[in-house]
Amino acid sequence: MAEFLSLQDAVSRHVNNGDIVAMEGFTHLIPFAAGHEIIRQEKRDLTLIRMTPDLIYDQLIGAGCASKLIFSWGGNPGVGSLHRLRDAVEKGWPKPLEILEHSHAAMACAYEAGAAGLPLAVLRGYVGSDLPKVNDQIRFIECPFSGEKLAAVPSIRPDVAIIHAQRADRQGNVLIEGIVGIQKEVVLAAKRSIVTVEEIVDDLGASVNACVLPAWAVSAIAEVPKGAKPSYALGYYERDNAFYKQWDGIARDRESFQAWLQENVFEKGAA
Amino acid sequence: MSLEFTASEMMSVTAARALTNDMTCFVGIGLPSEAANLARLTHAPDVTLIYESGTLQTRPDILPLSIGDGELCESALTTVSVPEMFRYWLQGGHISVGFLGTAQIDRYANLNTTLIGDYRNPKVRLPGGGGAPEIAANAKEVFITVKHSKRTFVRDVDFVTTVGFGRDGKARDNVPNIGRGPSVVITDLCILKPDPETRELVVTSLHPNVTREDVIDATGWEIRFADRLETTPAPTAGELEVLRSLKARTHAHHSGQH
Repeated sequence: MAEFLSLQDAVSRHVNNGDIVAMEGFTHLIPFAAGHEIIRQEKRDLTLIRMTPDLIYDQLIGAGCASKLIFSWGGNPGVGSLHRLRDAVEKGWPKPLEILEHSHAAMACAYEAGAAGLPLAVLRGYVGSDLPKVNDQIRFIECPFSGEKLAAVPSIRPDVAIIHAQRADRQGNVLIEGIVGIQKEVVLAAKRSIVTVEEIVDDLGASVNACVLPAWAVSAIAEVPKGAKPSYALGYYERDNAFYKQWDGIARDRESFQAWLQENVFEKGAA
Repeated sequence: MSLEFTASEMMSVTAARALTNDMTCFVGIGLPSEAANLARLTHAPDVTLIYESGTLQTRPDILPLSIGDGELCESALTTVSVPEMFRYWLQGGHISVGFLGTAQIDRYANLNTTLIGDYRNPKVRLPGGGGAPEIAANAKEVFITVKHSKRTFVRDVDFVTTVGFGRDGKARDNVPNIGRGPSVVITDLCILKPDPETRELVVTSLHPNVTREDVIDATGWEIRFADRLETTPAPTAGELEVLRSLKARTHAHHSGQH
């Protein structure tokens, strides 16, 4: 049953050094505030999973929280490179980063399989791609009925899932609206979950088919207004595209990144 | 009357013209998104645009910076989850065209968006595959748009992220349930299409004021030209006006000037 906690307590209780952590949100609802709390608490040796590492993992990787990254598209959308991710992969700074890369379709299927309690996901994927040569977690199986060759990847079962959502009600039920991405699947696939929300309300106002996570499917809820900034929360604030562009300059060299981190993460207290 | 236009505008207009009103297009971010929305705002008002963030039949007023900007969701018919997007709508066979960009392309239209150099010791680490590997397999056909240069147009890509026709041109032969693959590549210099027999990319049309030498100099293999080489029609005043106004709106929005 969902427990209402401060962000500080939620991260300290549910994220341990060495954990497999999936912080999702497909461009929308990226849990940046929770990521910053992980950086402040100096969690180490995390295996980070995310389809699009985005700025949030660029920051966690640059801050030295990660030892491994599982992902499917590691760029700054519409801008260019994630320089901290590149520095870790190309130069091992601040520490070497092991990577395991997939395609989006495979990761989406792997999360769904995790939510469904299955050991693997099957898809018509990776045809003719070199990715299976560099990722031994991509295999091929033969359909027992048609004989068709299909790709198989292991399901994703994180220790902890972290997402951001628009609202929770006072019982701890969560409403996710707009680009729902992989939010529901990652929570159901994980052993534990933290959901940060824009606000806690009396009535979710959910339509009958809305994307709702029941309180009993979530471990912890923390109220963190603007918790997805500089990504966005539909109905609350827009994506800060200007900041995504500025990030390219901030993250390009180690010193300016560290100065940014000091000023904007370490010197800002927990929400 | 001759109009002034840039090579980039020529590329976007030509790429937009490849789309028709009846197509259902899975749109990549960047140049493909610009071309697809230009098509929707000009000759193909009913073209169905789909982005991998789950936004089905979207009609953005500005070009999204990311694949999941709020604009895409708010102007869409509906928004589905990412697994549903890839499993039902793409793998399920509802996409007629996948529209992709790339960092590197080779003579068999294989795309590399993973890295330059060796995988374990990369010279340049690029973003990776994203949606492209399965878009290329599961869309009925693939359009590619990319700027023409020797760095981009290489004989063999360093890494096949997304298959065109494979290292030998035969990767799609005898594979069940796979799309036709790349049918056209639109650059700022020309239009290329795969040879029906060998699948090697051949220049079929040169853009106005572009010479064969320009294309040869910007291509990393011995590029061939079609016997009946055409000249791409120049952009019309109407196309240029719509494109420029779309880009101006987009620039103002993403700079926070809205």
